[in-house]
Amino acid sequence: MDKGERMMEHMEKETDYGTLGRLESMTLTMDSLSQNEEFSRVVVAVFASRLNPTLEELDDIKTAVSEAVTNAVIHGYQGGEGRIELTAAAGEGVLTVQVKDRGVGIADVGQAMEPMFTTMPEGERSGMGFSFMEAFMDEVIVESAPGAGTTVTMRKKIGG
Amino acid sequence: METSFIYEAKGQTLIIRLPKELDHHNCRNLRYETDLLMAENYINRIVFDFSRTRFMDSSGVGVLLNRYKQMKAGGGRTAYFGAGPQVQRVLKIAGIPALMEQYENMEAALCE
Repeated sequence: MDKGERMMEHMEKETDYGTLGRLESMTLTMDSLSQNEEFSRVVVAVFASRLNPTLEELDDIKTAVSEAVTNAVIHGYQGGEGRIELTAAAGEGVLTVQVKDRGVGIADVGQAMEPMFTTMPEGERSGMGFSFMEAFMDEVIVESAPGAGTTVTMRKKIGG
Repeated sequence: METSFIYEAKGQTLIIRLPKELDHHNCRNLRYETDLLMAENYINRIVFDFSRTRFMDSSGVGVLLNRYKQMKAGGGRTAYFGAGPQVQRVLKIAGIPALMEQYENMEAALCE
């Protein structure tokens, strides 16, 4: 068997694994900075492109990621220093995105997720961050506790 | 500059040309800048120009809603034009079309 044939066999195996639901993932750790909001949504959109999403699905993903990372920057770390961990996984036509901070955390997750609720009413915040994540993704799970940081896990079925 | 806001006053109308990416990072200066312009000029109408904008999230909505409230408090009005597909969907989910007038282009928006 020459090199070309071995390569073909390898690629076919890769494809087989794909149909069996092999999970591909990536993790990025970055500083809590507002310029990383755009960086994060673009990275996840490029990662998600392996699932062949429509332009509309890509827009949905970008918006949801932007909301979660903005929350980590503004609320988790209150504009201060910190690290944000961004994980994305793709498999069986589903995209999973996780945004994790080790910031102040949320005392009442239910209240934080209410539409229009904001801890900064005097500011420019719309209070629609979590509502947008829920509107644009199929599933949103928020795990948080005061002092323990916040982890937002979002899932979206792509195509079909 | 793709990341900055461009302001243009036409009579009592203030046209705000929004940046390519309307997120928290790019919205930071808008409040201060519009407050300054509105203190120096008599403005009774704000027109948002989305023609350059490819992406907007809830931070952009927050900025829009605050300008709307500001104008409404003084009896003024708010409008927008040039919104692409992503912006349209975000505006719709946020309920903005019920609050602001929507136009096809700048000419139509300024015709009022």
